[in-house]
Amino acid sequence: MNEVVSVGRDAKEDLRVELQRRPGEGVTLVLESTVKTLYGHLIEAVVKDAAERLALSDVQIKVMDRGALDWVIQARVEAAARAMDPTLDAEVLPEMHKNNDYTVERDRMRRSRLYLPGNAPDLMIGAGLFRPDGVILDLEDAVAPAHKPAARFLVRNALRAVDFGGAERMVRINQIPQGLDDLPFVVDHNVHTILVPKVEDPAQINAVVERIEELAPGRTIFLMPILESALGVERAYDIASAHDSVVALAFGAEDFTKDIGAARTDKGTESFVARSKLVLGARAAGVQPIDTVYSDVANEAGLLASTEEAISLGFDGKGCIHPRQIQVIHQAFRPADKDVVYALKVKAAIAQAEARGDGVISIGSKMIDPPVVGRALRVLRLAEFYDIDLDAMEVSK
Amino acid sequence: MSPAKMNENAVGRMVPAEVNGRAQTPFMGVGKYRPEGRKAGPPIPTCADYGNDKRVADLRTALEKCEPKDGMTIGIHHHFRNGDLTVVPLVQTLADMGLKNLTLAPSALFPCHEPLIPLLESGVLDHIEGSMNGPIGRFCSEGRMRGTGILRSHGGRFQAIQDDDLHIDIGIIPAPCADATGNANGVNGPNACGPLGFALADSLYADKSIMITDNLVPFPCIPWVIQGQNIDYVVEVDRAGDPSKIVSGTTRVTRSPTRLLIAEYVAQFIEEAGYLGQPFQAGAGGIALAMLQFLAARMRAAGVSAPFARGGSTGHLTAMLEEGLVGAILDGQSFDLAGVASLRDNPRHVATSPFTSYNYHSKGNFASQVACAVLGATEVDVNFQANVATHSDGYMLHGIGGWQNTLGADCSIMAFPLYRGRIPIVVDEVTTVCAPSESVDVVVTERGIAINPRRQDLLDRLKGSSLPLVTIEELYEQALAICGKPAKPDIDRDEPVAIIKWVDGTVIDTVFKVNG
Repeated sequence: MNEVVSVGRDAKEDLRVELQRRPGEGVTLVLESTVKTLYGHLIEAVVKDAAERLALSDVQIKVMDRGALDWVIQARVEAAARAMDPTLDAEVLPEMHKNNDYTVERDRMRRSRLYLPGNAPDLMIGAGLFRPDGVILDLEDAVAPAHKPAARFLVRNALRAVDFGGAERMVRINQIPQGLDDLPFVVDHNVHTILVPKVEDPAQINAVVERIEELAPGRTIFLMPILESALGVERAYDIASAHDSVVALAFGAEDFTKDIGAARTDKGTESFVARSKLVLGARAAGVQPIDTVYSDVANEAGLLASTEEAISLGFDGKGCIHPRQIQVIHQAFRPADKDVVYALKVKAAIAQAEARGDGVISIGSKMIDPPVVGRALRVLRLAEFYDIDLDAMEVSK
Repeated sequence: MSPAKMNENAVGRMVPAEVNGRAQTPFMGVGKYRPEGRKAGPPIPTCADYGNDKRVADLRTALEKCEPKDGMTIGIHHHFRNGDLTVVPLVQTLADMGLKNLTLAPSALFPCHEPLIPLLESGVLDHIEGSMNGPIGRFCSEGRMRGTGILRSHGGRFQAIQDDDLHIDIGIIPAPCADATGNANGVNGPNACGPLGFALADSLYADKSIMITDNLVPFPCIPWVIQGQNIDYVVEVDRAGDPSKIVSGTTRVTRSPTRLLIAEYVAQFIEEAGYLGQPFQAGAGGIALAMLQFLAARMRAAGVSAPFARGGSTGHLTAMLEEGLVGAILDGQSFDLAGVASLRDNPRHVATSPFTSYNYHSKGNFASQVACAVLGATEVDVNFQANVATHSDGYMLHGIGGWQNTLGADCSIMAFPLYRGRIPIVVDEVTTVCAPSESVDVVVTERGIAINPRRQDLLDRLKGSSLPLVTIEELYEQALAICGKPAKPDIDRDEPVAIIKWVDGTVIDTVFKVNG
């Protein structure tokens, strides 16, 4: 049992909570807030309610608030209480937001996934407004080691209270085995997909699957292993096919280049073979290959070129570290008109083949192979996703 | 003190019948009030009393020659913004001369003017008519100012001086470039600040006016924005202002993804509402500046240009002028040094005064020729009334500036995040009405865009848009759902501390004392 603990950050839309043991004094509250006039009454009520649910006693709760929302305040108070007394097991869960009860398909669009540092509530609240295909609440590299325990509570509460606007709700846990202890904080709160970093062995995936099954028997939670080392890339197919719940393989360039002893360049020559191997492994296992992030946030042209290159290598998506990157990536994935027109021709040929009942698909005198059909159907699905007017395309072909 | 007699105005707000001894007209609705009578006029001078060299030893000598008396009103402009070096020493000199109960009538005040507070406390200054932001706003909100503050827009200050609602006894005009007869401009000299239009009213209507400069040039100082025929004395000082501080934080483009999203929505709205290629108001502030870049990209793609833009000029706007995306900049003030340089060097970049751009009691002003203006606000309510002077906690923290005047554009667009640091900007009822509902057309936030139902034409034009169009009530409900319902501040409705004037000089609302 610690005498004094301090949890949280002195940052906007966040707060810091200091707990101090005060034997015989009951629970007292000291509130400093930039919004005290307008919200002091609500903050006090939320803190007192949390203290009751956590059965705190003989403690002074000092709240230094800069406009944090209720679910953030709850996360910080609970994290502080747990830091003071690790044996506590009560939880203070915010209400599940009414829009958060949805599922996603295993082969859904994963063009963009936006990383959100797990200890920065201000970046989480508006993330859905930028329409990424997925959001990642990051418990791994984006959180300083000292803040990791507290970030778990924040990520859990964000999964419940924040409306991410229909995005795939992902959490990146820490490296296995440490990351297994992150799972109890997320599996019950409609997380769709767990990103598992630095995977090098299918056994790590199985460990995650087993832990999820223990915590939430029968629940489907998708997995996206991230390959960030030479060994991981070498085992791409084995990792991708380790379990049914794996839906995608992602590449992590930063650690990979360090691992092979190269420097990361804008051109990405040093990771070219690895990224291609990852695409092969993923496709062979029937899961989506997803490319790394582009880290120069200010360079839109560079991001566009990098995404176009990823598409040409066969990737289905790209990571984002800033909301401004999302629309650039989506634009890059938009199918070209000529591809849509060709796909429509293939679709017409399929219909003709079905009508004839002979199963031989051809355009003019040219036979169309099954992979071409597959690609055409993917293009049409994308075109539909982008609201491309197919009727207008047919007229103009 | 017995409670002031209050009248209800056309927006249902209680406003004092009399302020600082002057009768007040309650707001009657946009365009309803018709002034009568003749304009103010200063005393008739004769040039026989003036030489061609009007220099005197120092500011105190000049002030003494103006024969100041207790209770007089001192006017000054704000073109040096937070780099002003005149206001505080000026009031201190008046204090040293033993004067008291003065009224200070600046076109705006800035954080650098906080040292005025002891001079307000000691009674050298009775009250301020102009903007009261930051610490001075707080001081006034706490009921510590002796007289009652009066907040006017930039155009409203000109209207008030012209109509003799605000009589300037002594006008003080710091200028970066002047000659010994008092001709002056703002674009030349080491401390150039841009236009000097806000000082024009003082030069024309004050009983006495003093030119202050740190850059005396031989006659003629050209261009002469301020003319020597209207100046009594000229004072040379070491430094009139610090132009590096005319650049404020509000002239940097935002990097906040939320604000950039709002700016993108605004640019898309302008195009889809049919305003692309029409005159627009360009302001400072992160969202407005970011919006300029998105607007420029859309204009380039559509191959159109706007005949003019109204400044606040910045490097972002002058770049559009140079590219040919705007035909001219009609400028009221420079927010950065690129704006100053362009005004000096580009003949299509023209200095204007609030007389030509904003004065409501005139035979027309060009604010009404602007198609759209993008503005911020501290609050907008579900009836589309907007506030720019006070915060939801009741404290007066901002001046009105040109904000009310630019509402004269065909389409006024209020663009801001739905909440800031938990405090909702869309509210059930604004703390202070600075803009009546018929003057606010569109509210753009990151979580939705609401069009004033009075603008059926805009609602029609935006049908089928990919923009997230919602009602203002939906925005309010979203803000409440995220932030929770705020408490109302403890305000003493028996103690007015300031009034808010509408652009026609009528009183649109009262600011009351906040109980600390």
